[in-house]
Amino acid sequence: MYEIIGKKNLGEGINLYIISVPDIALKALPGQFIILRVNKNGERIPITLADSDKNNGTITILVQTLGKTTHLLSELNVGDSLADVVGPLGVPTEIEKFGTVVCVGGGFGIAAIYPIAKAMKSAGNNVISIIGARSKELLLMENEMRSASSEVLVATNDGSYGTKGIVTDVLRELIYDKKMQIDRVIAIGPVIMMKAVSDLTKEKSIKTTVSLNPIMIDGTGMCGACRVLVDKKTKFACVDGPDFDGHLVDFDNLMNRLKFYKEEEKASYECHMKQHHNI
Amino acid sequence: MDKTANTNKQNSLETKERLKIKKHEMQSQSPDERRSNFKEVPYGYSPEDAVEEAKRCIQCKRPYCIEGCPVNIDIPAFIKLIEEGDFLGAAKKIKETNALPAVCGRVCPQEDQCEKVCTIGKRKDTPSVAIGNLERFAADYESKYGDIRIEVNKRKDKKVAIVGGGPAGLTVAGDLCKMGYSVSIFEALHEIGGVLMYGIPEFRLPKEILSRELKVLEDMGVGIFTNEVIGKTITVDELLTERGYSAVFIGTGAGTPKFLNIPGEELNGVYSANEFLTRVNLMRAYNKSEFDTPIKCGKTLVVFGAGNTAMDAVRTGLRLGYDDAKIFYRRSRKEMTARLEEVHHAEEEGIKFEFLINPLRFIGDENHNVTAVECERMELGEPDESGRRRPIPIKGSEFISDINAAVIAIGTNVNPIVPSSTPGMNLNKWGYIIADEDTGKTTKKGVFAGGDIVTGAATVILAMGAGKKAAVAIDKYIETGIW
Ligand SMILES: Cc1cc2nc3c(=O)[nH]c(=O)nc-3n(C[C@H](O)[C@H](O)[C@H](O)COP(=O)(O)OP(=O)(O)OC[C@H]3O[C@@H](n4cnc5c(N)ncnc54)[C@H](O)[C@@H]3O)c2cc1C
Ligand SMILES: Cc1cc2nc3c(=O)[nH]c(=O)nc-3n(C[C@H](O)[C@H](O)[C@H](O)COP(=O)(O)OP(=O)(O)OC[C@H]3O[C@@H](n4cnc5c(N)ncnc54)[C@H](O)[C@@H]3O)c2cc1C
Ligand code: SF4
Ligand code: SF4
Ligand code: FES
Repeated sequence: MYEIIGKKNLGEGINLYIISVPDIALKALPGQFIILRVNKNGERIPITLADSDKNNGTITILVQTLGKTTHLLSELNVGDSLADVVGPLGVPTEIEKFGTVVCVGGGFGIAAIYPIAKAMKSAGNNVISIIGARSKELLLMENEMRSASSEVLVATNDGSYGTKGIVTDVLRELIYDKKMQIDRVIAIGPVIMMKAVSDLTKEKSIKTTVSLNPIMIDGTGMCGACRVLVDKKTKFACVDGPDFDGHLVDFDNLMNRLKFYKEEEKASYECHMKQHHNI
Repeated sequence: MDKTANTNKQNSLETKERLKIKKHEMQSQSPDERRSNFKEVPYGYSPEDAVEEAKRCIQCKRPYCIEGCPVNIDIPAFIKLIEEGDFLGAAKKIKETNALPAVCGRVCPQEDQCEKVCTIGKRKDTPSVAIGNLERFAADYESKYGDIRIEVNKRKDKKVAIVGGGPAGLTVAGDLCKMGYSVSIFEALHEIGGVLMYGIPEFRLPKEILSRELKVLEDMGVGIFTNEVIGKTITVDELLTERGYSAVFIGTGAGTPKFLNIPGEELNGVYSANEFLTRVNLMRAYNKSEFDTPIKCGKTLVVFGAGNTAMDAVRTGLRLGYDDAKIFYRRSRKEMTARLEEVHHAEEEGIKFEFLINPLRFIGDENHNVTAVECERMELGEPDESGRRRPIPIKGSEFISDINAAVIAIGTNVNPIVPSSTPGMNLNKWGYIIADEDTGKTTKKGVFAGGDIVTGAATVILAMGAGKKAAVAIDKYIETGIW
């Protein structure tokens, strides 16, 4: 049913997949996600759409191998099929002509921010992208990001490429040293990064959109597992989000909720590796 | 009593004799045994027990039981067939009006429906005929020994789309398919069944029974498309236009959980009933060795609420291994809405019920895991809009109770995905779809709706009843073109 028709290893346990799902490809908009199951006893995991192609009926996702489910996925190859793919879920990112838009992406967040940068550029914005990685080789989708932005700024932890440091260092420079007039910031990446970006832009009241990634099950508003606190109110990230105003999100709560099943996830991963890979 | 009884010759037993027969209870797993497994609680009747129970029915001339059943099953007729030993005939009789008898026999609140108005139940010393148990028996017997294929009329060249694979949608699908329409069910989850799949646990409705009833639909030729979120993957308007469906039925249920809106609700270990039950049922988290979705276990679980959902959650908690699984309810025992049998089973299993308790806040540890709940005690005041006495807090009665998990089972709101993506379909002030009670017609041409998405959370059989009426109306609309 949901056949993998393309796969590429991008290093550091990150794989790109192109999957054939015409109905989803037809509808997908920047900022939306899918939920997939690798096999019929598997969990449902949410993954952001990195790209879609209406003509070929395909979607592109980038997945970082973390635990059992993403590991099982990493073992699939072109020609294999996924048990389930459902979407596109969530509210698409608000795309408008804002003026200057800064897109900040870290880790697989770069994949998620790419379609947004592309759409922001088509909407007539001056798009500046800040992307980060630990080192030069690990930087994802640089070429794609360049084509979707007027300017791409890079931060690497080891200084092997671009600014030495993290994406917020680059953003701070833009805001404080270069005194750039920024109309909107979009930040997608690890929670800690989205929090840091939001803290930074709050000082200058630059409206900032973040994409939240809580634990989900159905992705249709039925279970409430994905609830997040925004402006002290309970919101369901799968139907009210995943985009929210970064200045109103309770990031600490999100980080805590993401940790809830750590032990079970670890045990399930270890058990799988022992049974199937003798490690 | 003889006046209401049918004195037909075939009725070899005198009414007097019938009234003397004692009600047959179903044999069940003992409470001690079932506390730690997910297998179904009652075993069901043996053929002998079923015949004996069937003999208790006095074949009333005016069978109130039929009026008490929302889909008007010909109850005396099927019971008579059971008495005569024609179990397959009985099942066939039921299926004339109810496509999911094995489900309804198990989950209907019979004490509020067919059995509530049963003539003999109105007498002081004779409990109602166990109509639900008999229905379940006939359906289970047929599945073992019968040929459960269903005759389907000649194909019409018209297509109908059903949104949501719960009891409402399944009923419309089955009925329209029998009439010869080409029917497709679009379901958001990876399995159909609605609440029957993700909400009601295995020990009350084994998935195998559900699959069996679903397979009948598939064999009839109903097209089943899972992983299709209508309003996202495809919209209702697209179904009616680009996809060429002549009519759409919306049966998406009342699926968004309500929360208490009290401090600490975001702590880890505080679940909605839907999340807790979906992990265990749809995702099979209770079977850790084979399925990947996790669930936690601990010492104390408290469930807030007292409907079927609350009973299912608390009994699921017990089976997962919580030492202490209990119910906190803000009203009194009398106001509980769960089926009597479930409350009874829960109590047998050792579930504790505490009444007139209202939660105020959840308390967590440094890891953000819930460790306690602060509550206050209530007393009953004047009746409210629902006619139930309103609970009011007792000053100074606050207390703290240690817990490891809490499940909130206080009801649901409308899921906005379909309503908000379907222009021209009017909603009531709570956001439920406005639909005509007799036909299911919404305010949008070609679109029908029924079940929980129209009424708010109700019952399986009411959802099916709404589906039946909608199927008739959809056929009429397509045949005549008149809206
Ligand atoms: C809206 C959204 C978009 C996402 N987009 C991407 C993406 O584009 N690429 C990518 O690599 N990852 C993405 N994620 C995260 C991805 O879903 C998790 O990495 C994945 O579920 C991990 O599963 P696992 O079994 O391999 O690891 P596990 O060991 O089970 O979990 C590792 C961590 O992932 C998180 N997680 C676990 N289960 C779930 C779940 N059911 N739902 C959400 N998070 C979970 C938890 O924080 C957990 O600690 C996204 C998450 C959300 C909510
Ligand atoms: C835990 C629990 C226990 C219960 N116990 C009983 C009981 O013992 N007896 C009883 O009579 N009743 C019981 N009920 C109530 C009963 O289950 C419901 O009234 C009944 O299921 C309603 O049927 P429905 O067809 O309207 O909707 P549902 O059963 O809710 O089914 C709706 C379906 O639509 C799907 N859907 C939703 N949105 C979309 C979309 N956008 N696109 C596609 N598909 C969509 C959902 O995934 C779901 O499968 C219980 C309910 C719960 C939650
Ligand atoms: S469907 Fe429900 S109400 Fe009707 S006869 Fe069966 S158990 Fe009774
Ligand atoms: S089930 Fe009860 S009401 Fe119905 S015919 Fe038999 S005795 Fe009469
Ligand atoms: S994932 Fe279930 S409500 Fe959002």
